[in-house]
Amino acid sequence: MMHIPARVVRAERENERVVSLTFDVKLNGAPGQFIMVWLPGFDEKPYSLAGASPLKITVGARGSFSTKLCSLKKGERAWVRGPYGRGFELLGKKILLVGGGYGFAPLRFLAAEAKKRGIHAVAICGARTKSLLLKPAACKTIFSTDDGSFGIKGSAIVAMEELFKKERFDVVYACGPEKMMEAVARLAKKHRAGCQLLLERYIKCAIGVCGHCACGDKLVCFDGPRFGYEMLANPEFGKIWRDKAGRKVQL
Amino acid sequence: MVSLEVSLCGLKLRNPTVLASGIRGNNAYLLIRAAKEGAGAVTSKSCSLLPREGHNNPTMMGCQPFMLNAIGLSNPGVDEEVEEIRIAVKRAGVPVIASIFAHSVEDFAKLASRISEAKPHMIEMNISCPNVHREGKMFSASPSDAASAVAAAREATSAPISAKLSPDVPNIGEIAAACVGAGANCITAVNTMGGMLIDAYARRPVLFNEYGGVSGPALKPIALKAVYSIRKAIGPDVPIIGTGGGASGLDAVEMIMAGATAVGVGSAVVLRRNAFREICNEMKAFMKENGYSKISQLKLES
Repeated sequence: MMHIPARVVRAERENERVVSLTFDVKLNGAPGQFIMVWLPGFDEKPYSLAGASPLKITVGARGSFSTKLCSLKKGERAWVRGPYGRGFELLGKKILLVGGGYGFAPLRFLAAEAKKRGIHAVAICGARTKSLLLKPAACKTIFSTDDGSFGIKGSAIVAMEELFKKERFDVVYACGPEKMMEAVARLAKKHRAGCQLLLERYIKCAIGVCGHCACGDKLVCFDGPRFGYEMLANPEFGKIWRDKAGRKVQL
Repeated sequence: MVSLEVSLCGLKLRNPTVLASGIRGNNAYLLIRAAKEGAGAVTSKSCSLLPREGHNNPTMMGCQPFMLNAIGLSNPGVDEEVEEIRIAVKRAGVPVIASIFAHSVEDFAKLASRISEAKPHMIEMNISCPNVHREGKMFSASPSDAASAVAAAREATSAPISAKLSPDVPNIGEIAAACVGAGANCITAVNTMGGMLIDAYARRPVLFNEYGGVSGPALKPIALKAVYSIRKAIGPDVPIIGTGGGASGLDAVEMIMAGATAVGVGSAVVLRRNAFREICNEMKAFMKENGYSKISQLKLES
């Protein structure tokens, strides 16, 4: 699968670090799947679908590549290939979406799909502080900030615990920092809900050949990026990341 | 009763499939997984003395009849790799082949010595990576360079050594013979074939490194010819791990008929989710149907 050129039709600032880009291409993709975005001559990185038709991604300025991508203006191009990987599976009648930072972006795509199918969704959007929150999803969205500057004071987990005191959910979907997702999985398990997590690793080939994106014996690009409770038994989940060289980095 | 067992440098393989180097072999868990998925032996991703980040992306393009990659030998370096290999050797339940890569004969010797601490069943010398030319010529480009690298590693380890060769030469048989003469116990053939892709819209090579190595089905006829030539050049006794484009049982049978002892499986792991088992089942079916009971009977008509 070669890249296709994609022109930005809308660049929307979400907060001081995050921009959502909508492109003039349509992909047959599901929430939770990802694409590789190439800036020719520079680098190529994975992004979760924030929308597929039209293609939309949400980019947090983190390193030189994402900063450059964030600066794309309407009419400018990036090259994309994909979508890749196994996306979320919409199950149950009532679901909870828990996002940390810009990990909330693919969950907003999921919320839109849930709405189309008549599945009742509630979302938690957590961030360190108010200026890092994303915009709400197409469902009831509860905000939480670590410093209490907006919404519930505390992590998304605190908000999730509050919610489970009052309500039941069939499935919990999470995307965000891995330690947060680990906590989400444990809490969902305690409340006997299903659980789907979206993992991130340094991705090179994106098609399951090179092995660089391994989390234990799982390949994030090929076996995932959506995983479930089995990750709680994975020796590297929530603990170890591998850098560009493949060196272990403690999370 | 059909048996797929083969012997490789005295190692017993339950079947001839070998996870090729550079394919999902980045840590012990992945090597163990390939063994669970049915591989007869597994090869780790090439490691160097020091960590290497490899090239920027794009590092890989998967197209239908081929894949093109220039990962650039990213690896965490031998210190971390020794631990991964040690665990894999203990737990994989199949022979573990440790791949090493270096720019100098001295470093090949050091690496062979260091990686031997993990007691791999075999060491594969990657002297043929096609996407790091800027860092120097590949050793497998000439018989004398290939032999000097093998000889240096031979001095440094008692483990069996396989030399992995490039198909991008006119005299692969001669190069293989030189490696055997320098102490290689086995030949792995072939590495990927140099190639490139261009994006017309971007007006640029697709790979960050501009060019890389072609693998997948397009590599199959190239690999068959290489293995056939090597077998003629080194005689019947030295084993060959025939690697390149094999994705079916019939591909594996053909590779063995060309002269291979075992068959490397690379890109096929993404073409088929259960590649090792399916390849083995298809080999068995072919052998049963055609009256073969063991792998050594798979020979070209003389």
